[in-house]
Amino acid sequence: MVDVIWLTILLPLVGAAFLLFFGKRLGEPASGVVASSLVGVGFLIAVIAAIPLISGSSREATHVVLFSWIPSLGIDASLLWDPLSAMMTLVVTGVGSLIHVYSIGYMHGDPRYGRFFTYLNLFIASMLILVLGDNFGILFVGWELVGLSSYLLISFWFTKPSAAAAGKKAFIVNRIGDLGFLVALMIIFSVFGSLAFETVFEEASLQLSTAAATAITLLLLVGAAGKSAQLPLHVWLPDAMEGPTPVSALIHAATMVTAGVYMTARTGVLFELAPFSAAAVATVGALTALFAATIAVGQRDIKRVLAYSTISQLGYMFMGVGAAAYVAGVFHLLTHAFFKGLLFLAAGSVIHALANEQDMWKMGGLRKVMPVTFATMVAAWLAISGIPPFAGFWSKDEILAVTFYRGGAWVLLWIVGLVTAGLTAFYMSKLMYLTFWGEPRWAEGVHPHESPATMTGPLVVLAGLSVVGGLVNTPFRPALEHFLDPAFELVDHAAVPQGATPWLLAAVSVAAGVAGIWYARRRYVERALPEETGAAWDRLEHGYYVDDAFGRGIVIPARRGAELTAFVGDAKIVDGAVDGVGWLVQRAAQLLRPIQSGLVRSYGLGIAAGVVGFVLWVLVRGGAIG
Amino acid sequence: MNAETLLFVVFAIAAIAGGLTMVAARNPVYSAMGLLLAMFSVAVFYVLNGAHFVAAVQVLIYAGAVITLFLFVIMLLGVDRVDDPHESIPLQRPLAVIVGAGLLLLLLVAGRAAWVTGEAAFASEDVSGTIEAISDELFGTWLIPFEATILLLTIAAVGTVALAHFGEGLQVVGRPVGEVEGVSRYELGSGTGRGGDGLVAVDDAAEEGDP
Amino acid sequence: MTVTAGWYMALAAVLFVIGASGLLLRRNALVMFMSIELMLNAVNVSFVAAGRELGLLDGQIAAIFVMVVAAAEVTVGLAIIISVFRKRATASVDELSGMRG
Repeated sequence: MVDVIWLTILLPLVGAAFLLFFGKRLGEPASGVVASSLVGVGFLIAVIAAIPLISGSSREATHVVLFSWIPSLGIDASLLWDPLSAMMTLVVTGVGSLIHVYSIGYMHGDPRYGRFFTYLNLFIASMLILVLGDNFGILFVGWELVGLSSYLLISFWFTKPSAAAAGKKAFIVNRIGDLGFLVALMIIFSVFGSLAFETVFEEASLQLSTAAATAITLLLLVGAAGKSAQLPLHVWLPDAMEGPTPVSALIHAATMVTAGVYMTARTGVLFELAPFSAAAVATVGALTALFAATIAVGQRDIKRVLAYSTISQLGYMFMGVGAAAYVAGVFHLLTHAFFKGLLFLAAGSVIHALANEQDMWKMGGLRKVMPVTFATMVAAWLAISGIPPFAGFWSKDEILAVTFYRGGAWVLLWIVGLVTAGLTAFYMSKLMYLTFWGEPRWAEGVHPHESPATMTGPLVVLAGLSVVGGLVNTPFRPALEHFLDPAFELVDHAAVPQGATPWLLAAVSVAAGVAGIWYARRRYVERALPEETGAAWDRLEHGYYVDDAFGRGIVIPARRGAELTAFVGDAKIVDGAVDGVGWLVQRAAQLLRPIQSGLVRSYGLGIAAGVVGFVLWVLVRGGAIG
Repeated sequence: MNAETLLFVVFAIAAIAGGLTMVAARNPVYSAMGLLLAMFSVAVFYVLNGAHFVAAVQVLIYAGAVITLFLFVIMLLGVDRVDDPHESIPLQRPLAVIVGAGLLLLLLVAGRAAWVTGEAAFASEDVSGTIEAISDELFGTWLIPFEATILLLTIAAVGTVALAHFGEGLQVVGRPVGEVEGVSRYELGSGTGRGGDGLVAVDDAAEEGDP
Repeated sequence: MTVTAGWYMALAAVLFVIGASGLLLRRNALVMFMSIELMLNAVNVSFVAAGRELGLLDGQIAAIFVMVVAAAEVTVGLAIIISVFRKRATASVDELSGMRG
């Protein structure tokens, strides 16, 4: 089955093409069913292909070569099937198919229903290309394609100016990261002469000086930061919430944004050779986590809370990968896909029920009206707050433990992570309490109801995964770690603390989480709802005005430059030159016109003068004169 | 100083005088007279060079026909009144003088380069310009140009007659016989014009014919 | 001193230039035409002189042809002048500047 793993890519790709032409004709819900089935089949194929890896009977990575592509760059169209890519594939196809099913109900009534699934399928195919690639070339192709899919899906409702702008912003900010990525690839190629993973990773320690490795990895960090919305390239993710909620769940929680984490984990060999970059990765992750968590506290829109939460959790993943706890980072990626995907889908359910209301301050008291949504969301809430035995606890804790154990300056990062954990619990609890507890605050004429089964089904599945998902890698039975071993055999993992230390650390972080929940309960349930206004809250709500800074510093000068070029450069100079040529010709004609006077004698004079000139020339040439 | 030189000098002066008169005279008739003098002088030059037939033709055609024609037209059009001496085109006179002088200078220099180098004098009987000799050449080597020239003359004559006599344009006269293939047709009848074949000239001079 | 062909050439040049000046300086169409005739005559002189110098009859033949063509040209030209005069009652070429740009 591994040999046909490329079907997982081909099927959604074919689906996208098919739905592009026939989606409208198929209509609801047929196009959705077609799309979901294709991804579902992909999931099954992946499961079957992963069995040998899981059971341990085959520990070697399999290279599935499709065809030779660019030999001069060392790139074949070949796919790599090892534990890491298998895990990513399972997440993408699994969570992806659930979200496809969810979308069948969510997108009901949308005039471009079929087109939505076209783009969704395209995205799945692109993401699979990214994670299954056997060399940097394929990875980059997938990288760019998911960027494209993200753009198409964010601006799906493009008639809304803010949606169109958000799509553009995502693409452009991604592009900045991609630039770093590309330069890194160029350096890699110039050092190794090839872009194949095998070649690069096996020869890395031999060929790379620390300086070169640092340069490469820092640039890779730029690329990853762009794709995974880390500081300072995080600004596109909150705006990306303009897209439909399934899009936010799939792309901006579970999969696309994790591409940066995946890429960093995959290239762990290079980061190992550049300790400075690894530290930089972890630091960026930690700072981003804290930064985003504080902003999430001040958000009113339920989806924006989740967006900043995603940024924050991605920061955790970067922290893990930067601290060489690759398994921990990837583990958190896995659990985050479950509970964040669930959170977004459930939020979508709430928004759907409240007729597209997204302001939490206009919700309230929904737990009685939407019990299924509520129950599943509770599971996600506890998971993200790091409460055992839910999934988030295990993964987040492992990251914190490893970070603390590395000692020295890493303890500072641990403190940041701890504070962030507390904040995470706080703002998530705030979200829950405002939405589901208290008195109803929604507008007149809104009748919230539970969502249909196509929407609640995936919620339940994801809730189950959020509850038990963490058990794949507990200190008692680190199954995931064993599973991922072959993928990381070239790197040294960071040491996981043994003995009592991890339990103490766990206790501390759980305490932080509980504290956050408790404080939120006090603030939003037991007392009257506070007024959260004022300069400080505004600053939080606007994300410390980073967007405005970018606007003033970059966007406005760029626009000025463009206006200058268009209205001065083009209109005045270029057009002026063209007009000037015309004017010149007219002027010359005006000056020359009197020569044609219509008077024969003037013409005769001209002729005579010409004859004189000619005779003169002949004589000079002939040597008779001069 | 032999006869040829004397004749040359005298008639050279005459020719130049005639030319200058032609250019300078206010009355066009005087210009024609000046030209006539120049033509005669040129005929003498031809004789001096042994081109007897050409000389005869010169007097007959040029002096006899062309000048006569000129005088005729001058008289016909009544332009024998004095010309206006004021020059309307700016700079025309100075420039014409300069250009003329330049041209003369250059031509003389050109001539000097090849011809006036004191070669042996030639006599006038080296080339026989008799009628027999000319006709031998003309109807021998130069037959085709000769025929072409005749054609040219014919065309010129016909064109001139058409131009001068008919003036504004031609009009076909005849009885209309209805339409044939969508075009009005006329039967050419004797009409009322002179000439009797239906063609009557209509110009601003002749009016007794009718349309 | 004897008269050489060069003298005739020089004379021809002078007559030619006189004719050219007449063409450029006079306004009367008929006088301009006569200047052209003078120029043609000058050229004929040089033809004949050259023919004599070279010992060929071709010079005279050329002169004959020139004369014939000149005669035809005079005919047609005068007819044109007459037509123009009928229309505009002037023989001054300066009035005939309808082809101005």
